[in-house]
Amino acid sequence: MADVTLRKVIKRYDEVEAVRGIDLDIADHEFVVLVGPSGCGKSTTLRMIAGLEDISDGDIMIGGDVVNDVPPKDRDIAMVFQNYALYPHMTVAENMSFGLRLKRYPKAEIKSRVDEAARMLDIVELVDRKPKQLSGGQRQRVAMGRAIVRNPKVFLFDEPLSNLDAKLRVQMRIEIKKVHQKVRTTTVYVTHDQVEAMTLADRVVVMNHGRIEQIGTPNELYHKPATKFVASFIGSPAMNFIPCRLEDLAGKLHVRLTDRTTFPLPPARAARYQGVPRSDKLLLGLRPEHITEARPHLAPGVEAFDAVLDVTEPMGMETLIYFTLEGSQVCGRVNPNAGAQDGAPLRLAVDLNNMHLLNEVTGVVL
Amino acid sequence: MASTVVIDKGAPTRKVKYGSMSRDRAWALRWSYFFLIVFAIFSLVPPLYMLITSLKSSAEISAATNPWWVFHPTLSNYIELLTSNQFLTFFWNSAWVSIVVVTITMLISVPAAFALSRMRFWGSATLATGVFLTYLIPDTLLFLPLFKMFAAFGDWTGIPLINRWYVLLIVYPTLTVPFCTWIMIGYFASIPKELDEAAIIDGASWFQTLTRIFIPVAMPGLIAATIFAFTVSWAQFLYPLVFTTSTDQLVLPVGIITTLIKGDVFNWGQIMTGALLGAAPPLIIYAFLMDYYIAGLTAGATKG
Repeated sequence: MADVTLRKVIKRYDEVEAVRGIDLDIADHEFVVLVGPSGCGKSTTLRMIAGLEDISDGDIMIGGDVVNDVPPKDRDIAMVFQNYALYPHMTVAENMSFGLRLKRYPKAEIKSRVDEAARMLDIVELVDRKPKQLSGGQRQRVAMGRAIVRNPKVFLFDEPLSNLDAKLRVQMRIEIKKVHQKVRTTTVYVTHDQVEAMTLADRVVVMNHGRIEQIGTPNELYHKPATKFVASFIGSPAMNFIPCRLEDLAGKLHVRLTDRTTFPLPPARAARYQGVPRSDKLLLGLRPEHITEARPHLAPGVEAFDAVLDVTEPMGMETLIYFTLEGSQVCGRVNPNAGAQDGAPLRLAVDLNNMHLLNEVTGVVL
Repeated sequence: MASTVVIDKGAPTRKVKYGSMSRDRAWALRWSYFFLIVFAIFSLVPPLYMLITSLKSSAEISAATNPWWVFHPTLSNYIELLTSNQFLTFFWNSAWVSIVVVTITMLISVPAAFALSRMRFWGSATLATGVFLTYLIPDTLLFLPLFKMFAAFGDWTGIPLINRWYVLLIVYPTLTVPFCTWIMIGYFASIPKELDEAAIIDGASWFQTLTRIFIPVAMPGLIAATIFAFTVSWAQFLYPLVFTTSTDQLVLPVGIITTLIKGDVFNWGQIMTGALLGAAPPLIIYAFLMDYYIAGLTAGATKG
């Protein structure tokens, strides 16, 4: 077990900078997820921690030791790959014990470790099978088993669930979380799936264009995104962004969406945004759950307005509604009994206590 | 009522579509069988003729009877050849040369292919192409310069290479190593990159990755390369004809031609028998290794 530290880590491929100076501190026992769209540098970062890619600049430390020039096998890490990467000619037990056998562990110890990992992952009856006789989920369990038996300082996961179908993915996600609760090994996990990131991580690192956009707990990222990228990447359906301006009307700060639509800001928000120049082009960021059907008595900071729905998506426990506001498509979440119908008008309420205000040009959340 | 109409409408369209598909497939099957039969006849007639002739006496061969039928079958050709020391010497020379050449080839081309396909070093791609290009140079262009080189080497060091069977151990790998390296590069390249990365993280050295992961996983390719190297060394004709002349140094293909054709007298019965016996070892090896050759061992390594 160990902490992992990245200091100004850069990866250059010829002229292209895939990773542009990353600083990251991962504490012992922590489960950190690197998330971002493809090509954001998250996999490259993981592979640099593994030692599979050289770093062009900066330092990587595992357990306090700089490992920049340490080969992968001496870093005491284990990695689980997207395509499992099981050795096809070996049985499950041989796959799991390969690393230990190379290090010439005593046979009895190898057996007990493999048995324990197999029990933990519920693959005891599979240990004598070859990988081709296993399903995708079972193969991924074996790949995890191979990592666990080594009892390494750090687990590295490179999109381990991407090849599984949706149902199995949810199941394996829980499985990974359970394993981490048991072994408590420091884990760095790469995914492009924000749901996986949110559900698994102690802390999430959102990456974009080779840089870290924001580091935080899942809740911090969801409720206090730092940039438009994070705000739109985390959460599904994504946050709505509606062009707007701030305006002083009758001594109160308002947000103006259209010529006809303005909403007064609740006092806390008004105080926070008082210093924003009124001429700035802004975006009003609203999560779908903060646009709901209007109730007879509106809470403070909740404002009602009318909209004509374009599309409704009944999800069972809620109905997603889509309507157009000043050229932007907006998504809201209403009660299934709210009477939302395709093409029909509906009185909606927007909860401005949970609004975000972004600078349209810089993308920074104000 | 309405549902009946739907079924009536749906059924014929589906039938027509399905029918046309299976008709196409049936035609494809017929054509492939036609060409397979033509090809089989084309390649099986010469060995059949060899077999027929090998069972005839010299008198029957030269008699004006139906050449496709044996009227008085005899094993005399086989007995004579298998009891002649000369033929057995050719056979053993061939076997020795082939086995040693296969070993040398594999010892060189497997690590070479591994290095060229996996260790990205400066110029590795160019080198890989270069290896293949060497294979494209025909041996008919090379035997004269090679002869001069070997003769000069003999004069210079006093170690005779010309007219020694072991000169073939130096010459044959120039044919087998490039091609086998090329085959193995292809096989190694088909092994997912993550497999060696997993091995490296598990603590394997390059050598362990090669011996414990790559060689077992690429076994079909390895066997294909082995078969190729064996066939080339067993059947090679030009080089042994040029480099060896004494009967005790000859390998089978050259031995049969030079000892069984005396001037303008062709001992057809024994030539055919010798050729048939000479063709047997590669056939036996093919038969044994075919299962491995076809089996894909990479199944299950990664997704799919």
